[in-house]
Amino acid sequence: MSEFQQKCSILGRDCLAPDIFRLTLQAPKIAADARPGQFVMVRVIDGLDPLLRRPFSIHRSFADGNISLLFKVIGKGTAMLARRCIGDQLDLVGPLGNGFEFSDDRPVCLIGGGMGIAPLLFLAEQLHSTGRATEKDHVLLGARNKDELTPLADEFSALGYTVQLATDDGSIGHKGFIPDLLDFVLPSVEQVYTCGPHLMMKNVVLQCQQAEVNCQVSLETHMACGMGACLGCTVNGKRGLVHVCKQGPVFNADQLEWSLE
Amino acid sequence: MKEAVMESAKNTPPCGMPDLRVQIGSLALRNPVMTASGTFGYAREFENLVDLNQLGGIVVKGISLKPKPGNPPPRIVETACGMLNAIGLENVGVDRFITGKVPYLRTLSTPVVVNILGDSVEEYSEIARRLEGVEGVAALEVNISCPNVKKGGVAFGTVPEMAAKVTEAVRQASSLPLIVKLSPNVTDIVVMARAVADAGADAVSLINTLIGMAIDPVSRRPRLANVIGGLSGPAIKPVALRMVWQVAQAVSLPVIGIGGITTADDALEFLLAGASAVQVGTANFYDPSAAENIVQGITNYLQEQGEDRLVDIIGTLKTGTD
Ligand SMILES: Cc1cc2nc3c(=O)[nH]c(=O)nc-3n(C[C@H](O)[C@H](O)[C@H](O)COP(=O)(O)OP(=O)(O)OC[C@H]3O[C@@H](n4cnc5c(N)ncnc54)[C@H](O)[C@@H]3O)c2cc1C
Ligand SMILES: Cc1cc2nc3c(=O)[nH]c(=O)nc-3n(C[C@H](O)[C@H](O)[C@H](O)COP(=O)(O)O)c2cc1C
Ligand code: FES
Repeated sequence: MSEFQQKCSILGRDCLAPDIFRLTLQAPKIAADARPGQFVMVRVIDGLDPLLRRPFSIHRSFADGNISLLFKVIGKGTAMLARRCIGDQLDLVGPLGNGFEFSDDRPVCLIGGGMGIAPLLFLAEQLHSTGRATEKDHVLLGARNKDELTPLADEFSALGYTVQLATDDGSIGHKGFIPDLLDFVLPSVEQVYTCGPHLMMKNVVLQCQQAEVNCQVSLETHMACGMGACLGCTVNGKRGLVHVCKQGPVFNADQLEWSLE
Repeated sequence: MKEAVMESAKNTPPCGMPDLRVQIGSLALRNPVMTASGTFGYAREFENLVDLNQLGGIVVKGISLKPKPGNPPPRIVETACGMLNAIGLENVGVDRFITGKVPYLRTLSTPVVVNILGDSVEEYSEIARRLEGVEGVAALEVNISCPNVKKGGVAFGTVPEMAAKVTEAVRQASSLPLIVKLSPNVTDIVVMARAVADAGADAVSLINTLIGMAIDPVSRRPRLANVIGGLSGPAIKPVALRMVWQVAQAVSLPVIGIGGITTADDALEFLLAGASAVQVGTANFYDPSAAENIVQGITNYLQEQGEDRLVDIIGTLKTGTD
């Protein structure tokens, strides 16, 4: 495992919905090594405010050396990132973290909420590229409304996955939350991968535990370095604190202490 | 003796290049740029991103006698041009440090300084004793200044008599070069520097983090689980620089400047103010190549200024009547 610090040109910038952006970056070294579930630390500007890099999942990685990031504007750093233009250079460190584990042909379910969808498209593409029968696999995506879901949902469908949607306002798919859909899917899958808001993941994990289905979760915490140096990114694990950037961001759900948070 | 000659030959700059070597007591550095404790892990974390053998020195994460789990999360929060941390000195403890981390550190040609901390004077000297004679450990940096531990820590760094006691105890337990790291959270840092100088320190390093806090107005809760934490990064540089300047004038020991250093210009400010070396902290997080770039930038500066040796510019700040 090796990580790189690279200046990466912005090749593409799409606004998928109000406040949701997709950047395509020329990052050959990072793209060559990236695995689904890994992330990059992005310096959104060269100056000192904001000071720290922002972590983003690798949303896609392409054979031509490009990667893409999918992000939502929620604060100062992401607002500045959204204003960067095609041709600008961004300083990236990555690929970081462990990534999802996947091996055999067991039917899986990918569950993404909000920007938690970002790493799952990379995972879906990787699973698809192994030649497996993706129609047995399920994808459940949730967001606030239709705008936030449509372009992404289509990309999962195009890979042959059975995609179900849930929105807070019912503008597309089920009106309500992802876990409502999960009961129907769980009996036919053997592995769940999830990334999204903490409460959503917690519910998914509880359902998986009841159904005795293995579940991998990708966590978000505040990070300063992303490389295991600052020890700032801890969460409660079953056997003491764990460092999300190095031991994660992907964990087997039963490694973590869900009740404490 | 032969070894010492080879050691200095290894550090000799290439022909025509300025000489960046500095001396911290008996500790010889190839250049004045070190990485600060707690911001560079145990160095291996950066091996793919940084040429570790280009650095002047590496100070590893603070080590206690027993492993420490640290504080509950959230432990970090960003502030304007800085960050607050309340890691709580999570570390593997001295024994696992020696068996698990030192073998890798020993492979580096860069001197490794071990930052140590304890809850009592006896703990400090016991850690020093266990590190005595361990190959690959070049010096000790005694942390009497961490704001994130409840027991003892604060008193060691703020009461001159206590600081002197810790320094004396470690001095007796160890033959290694002894750097004492000072806290800025005092009324007069010069008093602290004098106290540890008289107690046998070979050098002082300053500053550790400034105590601060941040509040989320929506939840009306502190942003750190520990409520208060240590402020670091560019936001603290002017305070650090002032303290380094004051201490460098007051004591004859080498001073190592720390606080918000990101660029070569930042480092040069500290060197001109009288620091013999600098440590790069928070900058490692947002720019892993900061320390390497600073070494290059200092080289360029010396060439532009027509200086052959870095030591000739240390403490050459011109004030008022010069
Ligand atoms: C491993 C990992 C992968 C991520 N992947 C994505 C992704 O693919 N797409 C996406 O939109 N977001 C992702 N996030 C969340 C993203 O990092 C935050 O939304 C972003 O840092 C917010 O920055 P800001 O300056 O806009 O917000 P501000 O609130 O101004 O940031 C202040 C501080 O809080 C931190 N912070 C704020 N929100 C979060 C959060 N949810 N998680 C972690 N730190 C936070 C910031 O990094 C910063 O240090 C990921 C987070 C992690 C840890
Ligand atoms: C996350 C973090 C952890 C730290 N841990 C230690 C430590 O273990 N021992 C110590 O003496 N100083 C520790 N420090 C303080 C730094 O070594 C340094 O003194 C301080 O951050 C100021 O320098 P900077 O502004 O360049 O970061 C830590 C700082 C940070 C940000
Ligand atoms: S973010 Fe620094 S250790 Fe994980």
